[in-house]
Amino acid sequence: MERIQTTLAPGVELVACRTEQFKTGVLSVTLTVPLREETATAYAMIPEVLYRGSRLHPDIEQLSAATDQLYGASLGPSVRQRGESQGISFLCSVIDDRYALDGMAVLEPASMLMGEILLDPAVEGGVFRADYVQSEGANLADRINARINDKQDWAIFRLTQEMCAGEAYALDKLGSAQQALEMTPEVLWEHYQTLLAQAQVVFYYSGSAPWDRVEQVVRQAFAPLITPRQRGYTCQVVERPAGSVRRITERMEVGQAKLALGFRTGGITMGHPQFPALLVCNALFGGTANSKLFLRVREELSLCYSVSSLLDKLKGIMVVPAGVDAADLNRAEQAILEQLEEIRRGQFTQEELEAARMAVRSGLRSARDSQGRMEDDCVTRQLATGTPEGSQALLEAVEQVTAQQVEQAAHAFVLDTVYCLTGKEGE
Amino acid sequence: MEQLSYANLGERLLRGKLNNGLTLYVLPRSGYCRQFAFLATRYGGIHQRFLQADGSWIDTPAGVAHFLEHKMFDSPDGSELKTFAATGAEYNAFTAADMTGYYFTCTDGFEENLRALLGLVSRPYFTQERVDKEQGIIGQEIGMCLDEPGNGVYYQLLENLYAHHPIRQELAGTVESISHITADTLYQCHGAFYRPGNMVLCVGGDVDAQLVARVAEELLPVDPLGAACTDLGERELPQAVRAYGEKEMAVSVPLFELGFKGEPPQPGESLRQRLMGELACDVLFSASAPLYSRLYEQGLINSSFDSMYDCAPGCAHIMAGGESRDPKAVMEAVLEEARRLTSEGVEPQLWERLKRAAYGSMVRRLNSLEDTCMELAQGYFEGHDYLAFPQIFQSVEWEDVAQLIARWCTPERGSLSVVRPLPGMEELEAEREEEGI
Repeated sequence: MERIQTTLAPGVELVACRTEQFKTGVLSVTLTVPLREETATAYAMIPEVLYRGSRLHPDIEQLSAATDQLYGASLGPSVRQRGESQGISFLCSVIDDRYALDGMAVLEPASMLMGEILLDPAVEGGVFRADYVQSEGANLADRINARINDKQDWAIFRLTQEMCAGEAYALDKLGSAQQALEMTPEVLWEHYQTLLAQAQVVFYYSGSAPWDRVEQVVRQAFAPLITPRQRGYTCQVVERPAGSVRRITERMEVGQAKLALGFRTGGITMGHPQFPALLVCNALFGGTANSKLFLRVREELSLCYSVSSLLDKLKGIMVVPAGVDAADLNRAEQAILEQLEEIRRGQFTQEELEAARMAVRSGLRSARDSQGRMEDDCVTRQLATGTPEGSQALLEAVEQVTAQQVEQAAHAFVLDTVYCLTGKEGE
Repeated sequence: MEQLSYANLGERLLRGKLNNGLTLYVLPRSGYCRQFAFLATRYGGIHQRFLQADGSWIDTPAGVAHFLEHKMFDSPDGSELKTFAATGAEYNAFTAADMTGYYFTCTDGFEENLRALLGLVSRPYFTQERVDKEQGIIGQEIGMCLDEPGNGVYYQLLENLYAHHPIRQELAGTVESISHITADTLYQCHGAFYRPGNMVLCVGGDVDAQLVARVAEELLPVDPLGAACTDLGERELPQAVRAYGEKEMAVSVPLFELGFKGEPPQPGESLRQRLMGELACDVLFSASAPLYSRLYEQGLINSSFDSMYDCAPGCAHIMAGGESRDPKAVMEAVLEEARRLTSEGVEPQLWERLKRAAYGSMVRRLNSLEDTCMELAQGYFEGHDYLAFPQIFQSVEWEDVAQLIARWCTPERGSLSVVRPLPGMEELEAEREEEGI
């Protein structure tokens, strides 16, 4: 696989991976802005409103007809939070020209359609159509309100809000339901103009098309975006002294209690010299089905149905979500913390360490087998470090991590907040 | 082993039946870093009554297949899991209505991992003590599923559609049903279903097919019996049991799932019926068909709206659902659209476009080793060659799909399942307590 990166204009990057491994080509465009309370709702709404219709394909039916015609190209908007940035993306996956039944070139029309959706929307009176703004506002509000349906995700979401209160990270990348319902076409249009003019832009392609063909189609389909702009990525990494743990308990009609423990990583994030050790430590602690949390707390002690640990590599946070019987909440929390203590004390075998290392290694290597993961990794790295490269160097660094470095990394984790969602009965 | 070639998809497949009775598929993919192995048995949640080796029928509690799946990861010394761990392999398993599958994916140590997988699944090791403990773990899993609104709306629909087919029961069983499971039950079911003649192994990636065949013949016993014999009860009537069912759960917006009961496919027709069922869903529910935009613009559905065709031995249905403030209005509109399509037909351009899109998305799915291997296994159990889908696509005509819609999508065969918010849920604000530090 050959990867090329070029700066099309200051703040506008194109990353392309040429490969014949897949049946498809993937093209994405991501507009990145700082995550802010005043703008988050509008920016989250914009791609949804754009996806309702363009000038040439003014409704869902005609837009879907156009993607169906391109062999069911999967083309859709997304909003990603990366650290304290909000990434507004359109991603398109189309079958490679080699598999088109009528031998048509699919990449060019698919890119033009994507450019058209992003840059040439259906308008009335010089702004977005009022009916689209209203219904997408309602849909966004529903999505925000529906967060509560998945109780484990809800626990993680609430933990993050409480733990990072006052930091941009605590904001919902989808914004607020109230603001979404009150959005007007004029206000949204203004935000849209700002987004197009100011956001940092990353284009990504992976597939069999040669570099010059990709660059040409991107320049053609997205010409208005290829103008100078400032880099938009920042992320405040917070360190906290150990010992002051905040506890939040909320009650709701749930059969199974949900626990979420939030840790700060002591300033270690992607690119930090200790980051490879942190990755291995996370895998050993709770990142895999061979981890201490899984084998000891779930399998051996049967204290949780589900338990794992998740690392936010940009923000420097680790979250441990667990599904627990309400009666076992305290014991489960103690058992989870005890596993971390054991790593700090060096109570893990060489075998366990190697298993964790192999899991990280396998995870990093196997990303190359998925266009979706490659896209996400490259765009994330491009934003955070200014280059899509780095997985090879990280892989090599992971090979060198020692037991002592893992212990040190475990010491870096500081428990910040414990969130607990439990039932209403038996209060 | 036989080598098959699918030039239009750029795929090759090696297929064979080994001396011990196991069916093997190998999908060579040279560009991939990962290797994937999937070992499946034709035994799932619906297989509760089956013929034993002594010729007698036995009834087992709901949830055994799933319970067994959990317990297969136990072995006397745990060496198989250590192998997965040592090589960084990811392993897992799932239980579906009609199969249980075990798999790993790795980038290092493929042969060791393959040996571990085959060893784990073929050597049962159950103790009453561990079975008792697992009842607690699965009890929690069942509890978690009961809290899950998507699960609730889905099973309520199946209960509305089917009178007795076991598809209507929760796959994992109930806390009560699994309380009857003993180590003996597990040995009985393992003996009946975990035999090479009732199983298939699908491997994908940059692997040596001869090595896979050799290891599988070395580790799995010879099985002269072939596929297991099961009983799914009397054939279901075509009509749905009831047209409507609702319950209250912790959701913010009502969830619904509507469905139409169909007939299981004729032998050899399973892939063709699936493509027809999926195209029927597209014509009725896809975003490029007229009904979707109308409902969307009326605010009756949102982007969570989705549809599917599903089938298992003895049953087949199509479903569509999502969030809606007025699910009954959606159901009425769907029935009306089905009537319109069967009487007026479909616009030819729309039909061609939907077929092209469906073809493209199946080609796209081939990117995934996991999905492709699982489809090959499913195809083996259902009696079709999954990678033959391009030819079958070309043979499906609108008239076939129109007939399917006319037969299935009627008020008699349809049903609607709704999950409404608990009182007070819409303006939910969790009671909270801040505890001292």
